[in-house]
Amino acid sequence: MSVIPTGRRGAAAVALLAAGLLVTTAACGGGGSGKKSDASAPAGSKGKVTLTFWDWDPNIDKVVAKWNAGHPGIQVKLSNPAGGDQLVAKMITAHEARNGPDLAKVEYQSLPALVSKGVVADITAYTKDTVAKYDDATLKSTVFQGKVYGVPQDVAPLMLFYRADLFTRYGLSVPKTWDDFAADAKALRAKAPKAYLTNFDAADPGWFTGLAQQAGANWWSTSGDTWKVDIADAPTKKVAGYWQGLVDDGSVAKNPSFSPQWNKQMNDGTLLTWISGAWAPAQLGGIAPATKGKWAVAALPAWTAGDPATGIWGGSATTVTTDSAHPAEAAEFASWLNTDDAAVTEQVKQINVYPAATSGRSLPVLRSAPAFFPNQPDFYAEVKKVAPAARSFPMWGPDVTVTFTGYTDGFSKALQSGGSFTGALDAMQSATVADMKKLGFTVG
Amino acid sequence: MARNPAAARRTRGFPYLLVLPAVLLFTAFVAAPGGYALLLSFQRRKVNGGLLGGGTHTVFAGLANYRDVLGDTELWSGVLRMLALGAFTVPATVLLALLFAVLLDLERTRLKRITRLTIFLPYAVPGVIASLMWGFLYLPATSPIGGDRVDFFGQVAVYFSVGNVAVWGAVGFNMIVIYTALRALPAELHESARLDGASEWQIVLRVKVPMVLPAVVMCGLFTVLAALQVFNEPNTLKPLSNAVSSTWVPLMKIYDDAFGNSDIYSAAATSVVLTAAALAVSFVTARIIQSRVQQEAA
Repeated sequence: MSVIPTGRRGAAAVALLAAGLLVTTAACGGGGSGKKSDASAPAGSKGKVTLTFWDWDPNIDKVVAKWNAGHPGIQVKLSNPAGGDQLVAKMITAHEARNGPDLAKVEYQSLPALVSKGVVADITAYTKDTVAKYDDATLKSTVFQGKVYGVPQDVAPLMLFYRADLFTRYGLSVPKTWDDFAADAKALRAKAPKAYLTNFDAADPGWFTGLAQQAGANWWSTSGDTWKVDIADAPTKKVAGYWQGLVDDGSVAKNPSFSPQWNKQMNDGTLLTWISGAWAPAQLGGIAPATKGKWAVAALPAWTAGDPATGIWGGSATTVTTDSAHPAEAAEFASWLNTDDAAVTEQVKQINVYPAATSGRSLPVLRSAPAFFPNQPDFYAEVKKVAPAARSFPMWGPDVTVTFTGYTDGFSKALQSGGSFTGALDAMQSATVADMKKLGFTVG
Repeated sequence: MARNPAAARRTRGFPYLLVLPAVLLFTAFVAAPGGYALLLSFQRRKVNGGLLGGGTHTVFAGLANYRDVLGDTELWSGVLRMLALGAFTVPATVLLALLFAVLLDLERTRLKRITRLTIFLPYAVPGVIASLMWGFLYLPATSPIGGDRVDFFGQVAVYFSVGNVAVWGAVGFNMIVIYTALRALPAELHESARLDGASEWQIVLRVKVPMVLPAVVMCGLFTVLAALQVFNEPNTLKPLSNAVSSTWVPLMKIYDDAFGNSDIYSAAATSVVLTAAALAVSFVTARIIQSRVQQEAA
């Protein structure tokens, strides 16, 4: 039997209800505030405009601050909700809610998917002068059927990063061909049973895709409105077969990259090389801080001696979204960020990007090495030598995430239970085609 | 309480008012999203045409998503992995919780408070953090517990590695529930049993455990439901090893469909199927347990 008088109970209930409602409305209202650009100013007007920009580059804030200081009329507000593929997922979700940012950093392989979903805007009208500052090979990644969907930020040719000190200690020579690489891997196992030349990474599809590109693979190609998907093509099978051999005879380690295990092995000298993009120096500082000044970069080993071809891993563009109320201003910022000499210089210094813009590749800042490679002053000269021969696919597919998930799951399973890599490739092929057909693309 | 009819009429609506906040919150955060998911599960995304699709529209797909879900062998493998995990995490969690509760309840146990806290503590650590910490313990390069001799991510071992994280995260909570039930037993019961010459062991088995059985059963039900929702542990261990795929358990598949492949429609259909299965399992389990308990009481 309660002793609280009815009146008091009623008041308590009302208070409780009010609190409940407050929680509800707060939860509904959260997240949307302060996100969208100032919608009261019409597009193209000279009033003050605030743009939101999603980017995960470390230290990008310093580059953005430079823009904000010089452009009081167009202020850019930076946020970093996620990196890489996760950012793509967030962009799609935000677009569904009509709540996306004005600008976002997008890796080349995700761009066709975002275009097909209507997330990324056609900025051809605003970038007439900008595109003149790029070569055709670079523009191929952001221009589809004559329309510009992003301003390229960096290119990332696949290269061989190796521990110069340990190569000397174990008497290994820097491999020029994949045969040399395999021989080095075996020689090292004999000399230092605890060390491996590298690890086969089933967790990140980016590097394997780059290796397939080097070998000449064309996973996606198009003619008219029809797609051709050829993930298990002969060049890719050659690459898969080569690594299957190294894995099977124990010449390389099998653990995934970017795990605590791998970080430690990269740091303590268990792993001697990393096949990675030109952006690696910025990452190595976090992965293996104790090895500063011990790494060097060389061209990726070739299939036939002297062939300069390589693939790419990553590389990104700055895109404007279809949610933006100020596409003109957003495109102006994207152009400045990636083609203005001062902006690009700052990016090289802060983020170690290798610039996509043609003029950016001759900047004085590229004459000095990234901070993590003090022993290799000609670092960017090496990259510059390799970059023109970096080949990507004619076109990235509109559902690369499905292919990439297929890679991670298929190759992991093969490593774990001894299955075949080529079987994993077949599974990637059929999953990709099935998904494209389900979405309604024409697949030939 | 109500002495006159007018007051009775005034208070009649009061209980409804009291449950209103809960109903509102439930509607906003469970029922409405659930209904929306059900709607999504009958839809599908189609591109508008042309090479890059030219944007997309949603179409009514009927039962096509459900057909795909039920015919997806990867989902069923995930269900089997989930069942294999649950087959030992559920009994392990409940039995360990019961064991610890009984030991803490013994008269001569010392350092009760600190022990109780220590066993409870893993429950307070978020599952993701716990999985990350266990990950460091499992990986050969960072392991202090013999990761270079034991492959914690081997074909079979991976189940125990994942399950281990889940068990330690749940034992503490369940132990507290059972321990509270044990403390609530009247002291005269053990006293009379002791006077009758029962050993400590017999008191535990014949008196205490049967009397806290309802609490143990409730813990079992909680653990079964948690086992159906296993996600954090394998998902966090995934980047550390080749042993865990992105579709390792059903919830990981749903997550991957929705946020990896941006196919919220398939994800919604799988969620509906999984929810229906979970409801069926908990309903049947609850019914069986209820009839057993009633039989024993009778």
